[in-house]
Amino acid sequence: MNIHEYQGKAILKSFGVRIQEGIVAETPEQAVEAAKQLKADFNSDWVVVKAQIHAGGRGKGGGVKLAKNLDEVKQRASDIIGMQLVTPQTGPEGKKVGKVLIAQDVYYPGESETKEIYMSVLLDRAKGRNIIMYSTEGGMDIEEVAEKTPELIFKEEIDPKVGLQGFQARKIAFNLGLTGEANKEMVKFVAALYKAYDTTDSSMFEINPVLKTSDNKILAVDAKVDLDENALYRHKDYLEMRDFAEEDPTEVEAGKSNLNYVKLDGNVGCMVNGAGLAMATMDIIKIAGGEPANFLDVGGTANAETVKAGFNIILQDPNVKAILINIFGGIVRCDRVAQGVIDAYKEIGNIPVPIIVRLQGTNAEEAKKLIDESGLKVFSAIQLKEAADLVTKVLS
Amino acid sequence: MSVLVNKDSKVIVQGFTGNEGTYHASQMIEYGTQVVGGVTPGKGGQTHLDRPVFNTVQDAVDKTGANVSIIFVPPAFAADAIMEAASAGIAVIVCITEGIPTKDMIQVKSYLSDKNSRLIGPNCPGVITADEAKIGIMPGFIFRKGKVGVVSKSGTLTYEAVDQTVKAGLGISTAIGIGGDPIIGTTTKEAVELLMNDPETEGIIMIGEIGGGMEAEAAKWIQANGTKPVVGFIAGQTAPAGRRMGHAGAIVGGADDTAAAKMKIMRECGIRVVESPAEIGKAMAEELSKLVK
Repeated sequence: MNIHEYQGKAILKSFGVRIQEGIVAETPEQAVEAAKQLKADFNSDWVVVKAQIHAGGRGKGGGVKLAKNLDEVKQRASDIIGMQLVTPQTGPEGKKVGKVLIAQDVYYPGESETKEIYMSVLLDRAKGRNIIMYSTEGGMDIEEVAEKTPELIFKEEIDPKVGLQGFQARKIAFNLGLTGEANKEMVKFVAALYKAYDTTDSSMFEINPVLKTSDNKILAVDAKVDLDENALYRHKDYLEMRDFAEEDPTEVEAGKSNLNYVKLDGNVGCMVNGAGLAMATMDIIKIAGGEPANFLDVGGTANAETVKAGFNIILQDPNVKAILINIFGGIVRCDRVAQGVIDAYKEIGNIPVPIIVRLQGTNAEEAKKLIDESGLKVFSAIQLKEAADLVTKVLS
Repeated sequence: MSVLVNKDSKVIVQGFTGNEGTYHASQMIEYGTQVVGGVTPGKGGQTHLDRPVFNTVQDAVDKTGANVSIIFVPPAFAADAIMEAASAGIAVIVCITEGIPTKDMIQVKSYLSDKNSRLIGPNCPGVITADEAKIGIMPGFIFRKGKVGVVSKSGTLTYEAVDQTVKAGLGISTAIGIGGDPIIGTTTKEAVELLMNDPETEGIIMIGEIGGGMEAEAAKWIQANGTKPVVGFIAGQTAPAGRRMGHAGAIVGGADDTAAAKMKIMRECGIRVVESPAEIGKAMAEELSKLVK
């Protein structure tokens, strides 16, 4: 589960990670109040107005602006709140900004130069262990750094038997070229950051940049936090951090019916049992000359109810020109799926697009009989190849 | 010979008396699997499906000589169940449970590193040696005994491949569902290696999906050590980057874990990669008929 920067920073702070302080605002007036508060609490004359959306590259799209006085705060906040922010990660339609984070200015001048560092904590799938990935090249797109100067990216592997050790945190601080007070601060920062990651069951932390300030403090200027959804039962207080406005409304609705749905841009909808077969069905739609309109896994407990819900969700997409239902019955019985198709069809009344039903596996014959005797206008198939050919046929 | 499990495997079911455990244990027994008992803490001493229930895996092993376990316990308790099975010396642990927290699996993997247990899964359909033992949730009736081994991250896509293979006039030696999670006990490469070393297996079907680097690792191993034809398919050629496609591990994170990148490296390593999931069985039949000539 992705959360906003301000929420991620609140989690980090609760574990003793030093952060760029800030206050979230939903209106320009709140933004001005927030800036006054930051002046009072941290003596921050300037503030940064940061759009809160679940996508990176916000600065490039104009979603992060410096404000040097309260008039500018009000102006910047009213520019950003409500804007359709387009970044390299949002797609061309962008995302609507509902909130901004008014954050203290941490790039103030002082005894030494500021320095931007990259740091993330994530799972190394091949090793089955967490790693801390870090680089002196902070503030930049890390994939670009990885491509052009891979020697500037370091990785520290955490042994799950003992967790992060002191020598590892020290090694990170020295590899980053930090000395004196900044070095000690980084050791503390890394230890607190890993503790936060581990305790919260996170899937990823990306802090880009981590800043060494001109007075040698180390703090998180940004925070991209992804929580492991499978572990949220252990962290019920984080459930309320989910922002439904950041998600596709159809996907949210599908989730309520326990359907795993991802909206795509194509013209052929599909409803499949099992994630692997669902992806394979999307692929076969493409090979047959269409484009998949969605990923939809009805799961192992599919019944008439869930199949009906799936139908209703796919039909909300006006781009859908045909629907392919592909069920291989193992746990799920084909006759139950067939009954779901029939019930849904009758309830919806007139489904405006052709439907191809391919049922194979447990009770496939009973299922076919149910469909055939229902009098519905559906194309039936048994082999996957036949289903693909039917997709080609209905699209032409 | 066969891989991992056979007619002599003595199987216990962890989460035996729950709905899932009861249903699938019955199906396994019907298939002919030697299910010798089950474990449900607190229900030890009872009888379920005409078999004894034990409080602990150790009890079950001591009393029945079980060497294989299948786990149906809920995600919050599954990591504990896997470690319990390993500590009791179970040789093959099959974990069906979906939704185990990643942190728990990191600990499990670390715990298993110095144990003599092989974990299959989690989030998998299980393992079946056709006509001998079904330790999983797959529909048994689609399998016919034969010489094709199957390795797959997905459940229903495995059934699809098996069904096509059988309808192409071939049969299955052992099918291993390795699971779709980011951390799994047995990798694609390890499962392929088992089948490559199995005298009963003459050809291998390897089904992967977007996310992670296991297919590339297996492909490189096959290039160096392969002795049998391998047919490959990667699901998710049309999946967008950054979106999780059902399985916790099925997400394109970078350029290396797209379907296209995996298919390319598999082809370079001599694997017959099919673009369409409808061609898997046919391609295997073609590859095996080349051997006869």
